[in-house]
Amino acid sequence: MVSLHKFANPARFVRMSSALLPWMVGMSAVLITVGLYLGLFVAPPDYQQGESMRIIFVHVPSAWMSMFIYSGMAIASATGLIWKHPVADLLAKASAPVGAGFTFATLASGSLWGQPMWGTWWVWDARLTSYLILFFLYIGYMALWEAFDDPQRAGKAAAILALVGAVNVPIIKFSVDWWNTLHQPASVMKMDGPAIDSSMLVPLLIMALGFTAFYGAVVIVRTQREIMARKVRTLRMAQVQA
Amino acid sequence: MTRKRRRLYLVLFGMALLGVATALMLNAFSDNLVFFHSPTDVAAKSFEQDRRFRLGGLVEEDSVIKADDGIGTSFRITDNDNAIKVVFNGSLPDLFREGQGVVAEGKLDANGVFQASEVLAKHDENYMPPEVADALKKSGNWKGE
Repeated sequence: MVSLHKFANPARFVRMSSALLPWMVGMSAVLITVGLYLGLFVAPPDYQQGESMRIIFVHVPSAWMSMFIYSGMAIASATGLIWKHPVADLLAKASAPVGAGFTFATLASGSLWGQPMWGTWWVWDARLTSYLILFFLYIGYMALWEAFDDPQRAGKAAAILALVGAVNVPIIKFSVDWWNTLHQPASVMKMDGPAIDSSMLVPLLIMALGFTAFYGAVVIVRTQREIMARKVRTLRMAQVQA
Repeated sequence: MTRKRRRLYLVLFGMALLGVATALMLNAFSDNLVFFHSPTDVAAKSFEQDRRFRLGGLVEEDSVIKADDGIGTSFRITDNDNAIKVVFNGSLPDLFREGQGVVAEGKLDANGVFQASEVLAKHDENYMPPEVADALKKSGNWKGE
């Protein structure tokens, strides 16, 4: 908890995250370039799907990111609600649009793949439906922040929504195991090891690391901006009162 | 009890309650949450005629017959215990082939034949290059159909 307390101090957060930022930017640029090159040019086509399988190099890492970011937002929201850490709410707020973007990328790429492979753009199976709910949770979370004039109250309401929505994360993950769905079961994160050839798995994991670094870079910039905006607001309020 | 401690318990209690409520609800609705029924489900539950549902399973080997007009297709969907004959007039998705997963939407006719209005291919979780698939088949380690 020591490290968390350090980050709770906004000034220290800005200092430490600024030092981390160039690394995140560099890593995301290098990893995404290498991952895309390996995925699109070096990896072999699939024995069933042919070249269409290359969509997984975007689809799967985006899906992981959207669930990882939402889980992070839920943990940050709980931290904000319970311990009132000043940065926690802002971190969650700054993450939401990035997570929503990854969710949209997953939905769009999956739909493009589904049309030729499944024969349909969309079906209402348990995986796709629960995942669409994740997208709406992101949108609702962002809307809730804007619905209040007082950032304290907005943060509290949004944090509760983020926590309630967190029950959806395990539902998305296990929907393909609990109910029969059109969506295929997990290929990588399964108990008896990945069911995906290493020539395809390596670019996939590199892309996932690249997306994580990208998220890190964006969320650092966005959180710092939120901290500045909060400071400006406090100063203005002080001026008005004086 | 400090206020922080009280808030911690409140959040934990709330999340536990929410989790239990969701689990109970999903469990109660689990029959409606499945995307398709297997041929064994259909045999056990005796679906009445003219009720639309989705039938899913594997396309039985050597069961696909193209109609002479070039449009219609008939095949059997199996789950290795039971099989149901399906008739479909329409274009099949890329991944449709014998031994692969498939989901058909439609209804049973009087002869127990499934009249499909839509056929979707279901992909499995295995991803591999063609050479690896060939090598596995040759060495007898093929786990697919």
